[in-house]
Parts: sequence; structure tokens; C-alpha cells
Amino acid sequence: MELLNQTAQYLISGLATGAIYALIGLSFAIIFNSTGIINFAQGEFVMLGGVLTIFSITTLKLPILIAVVIAVAGTTVVGVVFERLAIRPLKDATPLALIIITIGASILIRGVVMLLWGKDTQALPAFSGNEPISFAGATLLPQHLWIFGVTLLVIAGSRLFFHHTISGKAMRACSFNRRAANLVGISVGRMVLLSFVISSALGSLAGVIIAPLTMTSYDVGVMLGLKGFCAAIMGGMGSGFGTVLGGLILGILESLGAGLISSGYKDAIAFFILLLILFIRPQGLFKKGETERV
Amino acid sequence: MKKLITAALVSFSLCCLSTAALAAAPIKIGALFAVTGPASFLGEPERNTAQMVVDEINKAGGVKGRKLELIIYDTGGDATKAVQLANKLIKNDEVVAIIGPSTTGDTMAVIPVVEKANIPLIACAAGMKITDPVKKWVFKTAQNDTLAVARIYEQLKKEKKSKVAILTVSDGFGSSGREQLKGQAAQFGMEIVSDDTYGPKDTDMTAQLTKIRGSQAQAVICWGTNPGPAVIARNAKQLGLTLPLYMSHGVSSKKFIDLAGDAAEGIRLPSGKVLVADLLPKSDKQKAPLLAYIKDYQRHFKAEGDHFGGHAWDAVMLLKGAIERGGDTPAGIRNQLEATRGFAGIGGVFNYSAADHAGLNKDAFVLVQVKKKDWMLVK
Repeated sequence: MELLNQTAQYLISGLATGAIYALIGLSFAIIFNSTGIINFAQGEFVMLGGVLTIFSITTLKLPILIAVVIAVAGTTVVGVVFERLAIRPLKDATPLALIIITIGASILIRGVVMLLWGKDTQALPAFSGNEPISFAGATLLPQHLWIFGVTLLVIAGSRLFFHHTISGKAMRACSFNRRAANLVGISVGRMVLLSFVISSALGSLAGVIIAPLTMTSYDVGVMLGLKGFCAAIMGGMGSGFGTVLGGLILGILESLGAGLISSGYKDAIAFFILLLILFIRPQGLFKKGETERV
Repeated sequence: MKKLITAALVSFSLCCLSTAALAAAPIKIGALFAVTGPASFLGEPERNTAQMVVDEINKAGGVKGRKLELIIYDTGGDATKAVQLANKLIKNDEVVAIIGPSTTGDTMAVIPVVEKANIPLIACAAGMKITDPVKKWVFKTAQNDTLAVARIYEQLKKEKKSKVAILTVSDGFGSSGREQLKGQAAQFGMEIVSDDTYGPKDTDMTAQLTKIRGSQAQAVICWGTNPGPAVIARNAKQLGLTLPLYMSHGVSSKKFIDLAGDAAEGIRLPSGKVLVADLLPKSDKQKAPLLAYIKDYQRHFKAEGDHFGGHAWDAVMLLKGAIERGGDTPAGIRNQLEATRGFAGIGGVFNYSAADHAGLNKDAFVLVQVKKKDWMLVK
């Protein structure tokens, strides 16, 4: 019975962490699909979401809802500026050069945040209290429900956007074949910009909803970014259910591994899976050959 | 005769001139702190404090009429850089003594340099191995992890608890704590029934705590620095874990209470006395310097002085005492440092000797508990 309760707790904890990985993984995939680069500054968008929310609440004394909007909008502006200044001018650069640029950008963003807001870890108050909720022998916090809720909304929203709107379809077209998309009159440049907008907004949203649980500081994005990257790789860099499942599986494996095997190997488990998939199934866990990307 | 008088006059005036020149020349002291980088939570208050104390000593006329000149370099918590900067302090700046570095890693790297150059070093890092075995030129002001562990085990023994679960962070601080927790367990009759770790950047520790909940443990001891322990406190509350939760001195600042929020309530930890200075009995020798330090730091930096800054306060004051008694040569300073007895500082009451360059005993730590978002002494 105890073991059963324990396992339930591991699963719930794993799902909660996994949902976050999934959100970050999705934002990785969106940029990858429209530009072919892996944006290693993605973790910094997550960090900015948390840091800007805390700044708006504590310094500007704004109510939490407006603070969240400001944080997401602010991060989106950073994403757009980043695309305009660092990605767009280098039209013909190789993906490798662009990836290195994103690494540079991530270091820059971290440094600026450190200078502006200091090195201290800060906590954000939970959205709806800290009273634990019992569920199937396990406990979770109201904040976890927020995380699940937002993740579900985002998945549904991205499904709707990519399959039922003109812009979404245009973005998918770009990911299949940029040149062909260009030929039929889709502005690839605008789609790239749009992908940065969506991805930075998504990343910062993930940052906001986890900040009450995990706290935030200038360097919190590195590890989260890497885990999100793992999730995206597991899902074959698609922005559909593959990445979401990848994130959830990663979270659950980490949590089960820490609980049942050894907590010392928690991160090792994640990166071992990443390597394994890159070696054996570089196209992702769920993909059958070449199917749709976005 | 006249010649003789002139010669005497000349030599006398020369003599005066040279002593005047000497009096004007400041005594150079080097300092290495990890002001930036992952250990900046140590280095920053240390730098602030060291500069503040030296400025005050100079304002009050210096040491025996001579000013102190503090040359501070930032190691960034990088041992290679620390070694380069130590060499620079010794060869270019010609300092007579060095304060710092902030971390055990930096310090261990710098030790061979100062030992070779015969320059006294007063480290602000806590690692046992810095002064064990004793090195001729190396002293330290930070309390050993050993003492913090002993303080916790002592309390548990008093409460007749013998089964503990330990949860340590997988970095230098945590693994040193883990070693001590395991090493001293037998001595206090403790049994470690669950031994888990977490990563310094981990964001969810419910898995480890769930495992601990399922074990025989009567208390949980967590060893880490912010933000990990705050996450653990919140996770423990989420899981409804009722076991007493002990933290290390690595989180003994108000920041921890801020981060953990309501979940901090009831948590105990060993801490330097600086947290509870105003609660100490009047008879405590440290009370006066502690209150003075806190007031000073508040005035200069509008922030609460913590025991990390206190390590630098102790180092500067120990150095000042040694220079007052033994002059400004490295050898003189070293000998006088070793002869320091009963110096009441921020970290504790220091008694250095030829066999002990750490100088503190377990009274340097008090056990505190979080009550209503503040610290209380555990009797």
C-alpha cells in the first residue's frame, strides 16, 4: 500500500514537472520548424517570464494578472528584438552559426538580468494558495493544477492555430519547404518572426506558472532549457503531441528514477535518454518516417 | 665638533623623514573573494564587509598609526583564477597577508602558493581540509561543517531520536556535509536510514521526500544552499511530511524564510550567532561585536549582515590584532595569529594554536528554529 501511494506520488510529481518540460519543448520545436535552428536562448525566455512577473509584482506593485501579461509581453519583445538584431541580418548563415548565436544571446540575456535584478533567488506567491490537495494517495498543490491547465490550453491552442488558421498553415508550409512556401507568396521572414513571438511568449508563460513552485533567478533557465530540449528531441522536434508526450515521459522517468533507483542519477537519466534517442531514433520516439512537422 | 653636530642633525632629520615616510606608507593586505559566479552569495557580503571594516579602521587612525590598504580581487569562484590572483597579490602588490578566498575549492588551490611564498592566509571558506592537517601559513574563520553536524546530532540525541534521513545537494558543499553526516553518525548513535541527493538546480524534490516518508526516519537533515532547501521545505509541506526538518547553516539567512514562505515554519538549523544576536544572553562575549557589525552593515549597505560577511569581519579584525602585536612582516603576523586567544568575533570565539588553525569549537553554532517568519533560539 505504501509503495502504491509512493508510486502515485512519483507519477503526479513527474507529470507536473513533465508538463513544464513539454511547454518548453514545444517552444523549442516552433522555432526549429520555421528556421531550422535550435534556439538555446529558450531557457532564458522561461527565466524572463518568472523574473519579469516578480519585478512587476514587487517593484511596480501590480496585481498578478497584469504582471503576468506584462511579463509575457516583455519577453515577447525580447524575442522579437533578438530575431531582428541577431537572426534576420544573417540570412545566409549556416544553422550551426545561428545556433552559436543563440548560445551567445542566452549568455547576454542572463548577464543583463543578473546586472538588473541581482543574483538572488526570488519566490513568486502561488496563484491560488498553498493548501495541498490529496489525490489518489498522493498530494499536489493548486499550482500544479494551473500548470496542467495551462499546458492543456496551450496544446489545444497550438493545434487550433497550426491547423485552422491561415498564419498557422503558412508556418507549417514554411517548415515543410521554405522555398516552395516563398514561391506561393508566403513571407518566410514574417513567419520566422512569428515563430519567435509564439515561442518566446510560450516560454515565458511556462516560466510564470512554475515560478511559484520552483522559484526563479537569473540562471534558472539553463537546466530547464536543456530538459525542454530533451522533450523536443524525444518528440522528434514536432510541435504536436510527440513533444508533449516526450516531456511527460521525461518528467515521470526522472521522478520514478529519483524515487525508486537513486536520486543521484536523476539528471543522468534525462540525458541518457537524450543520447539514446539521438543514437537510435534521431527522428523522435513517435515518428513513423517523415510525417508532418509542425 | 661642529661637523659631528651637523652629521647628527642630518642623520636625525633623515631618520625622522624615513619614519615619516614609513608611517605614511600603508600596510598592504590582499583579499580574494568570489564576488561574481555561483558563490557570489559568499563573496559579495565578504567583500562589502572587508572594505567596510578596513575603511573604519583607517578612519580611526589605522593600525599603530599606519593605514591599511585593502587590495580586493574577484576570483569568480574559479580556482585557476584564484591562483593567478594570489600570485599577483604576492608578487606585484607585495601584500603582507591575504584574506579569503570564499570557497573551499579556491582556497585549496591557493594554499600551495601562499605556503611557498610564506604569506599568511586567512580563508573565509568552511571546508575541513583547509586547516586539517594544519598548514603553517593557513588559518580560517568559517566554522567547520563538522561543528554544524555535531550541533544537529546533539539535539537529536537529546530528543532520543536515532534514525535520520539525509538529503544533500550534489555540489561541494553538499558532499562535504554528506561525508560529515555519515562520518559522525556512529559517534552520536545515529543511524542513516535514507541517503538521497538532489541537483543544485533541481526544481522538484517530492520524489526524494516521498521516499523518505516511506522510510523509518525520525528526522530529515537537508544539506544545501538556496534555493534547493527552500524547494524542499515547500515540497515537504505539500506532501504533509510531519518529520522534523533540519537544514544546514548554508541557508541561515532571512532569504531562506522569504523563499520558503509558510513552509519554513518550524524548520531548525545550526547557525552562526549573527542571526539571533539580539536574543543572546548579555554574558555572551560575542553579543557586542555582533550587534555592532549588524548595525554597521545595515547603515552601509541597507541589507542584513549575514555570517558570510562575518567571516571577512573576523579575518580583518584578527589580522588587525596580529599586526598590532607583531608588526607588519608576514612572519610576525603569522606568529601572532597563531597566538590569538579568546578573540570574540562574528563566527565565534577564536582560539588559534599551533595544532589548531580553525580556532572554533561547537559553541560557535547555535540551533535556531523558524517561528512566525523569524529565528528563535532552540533551548
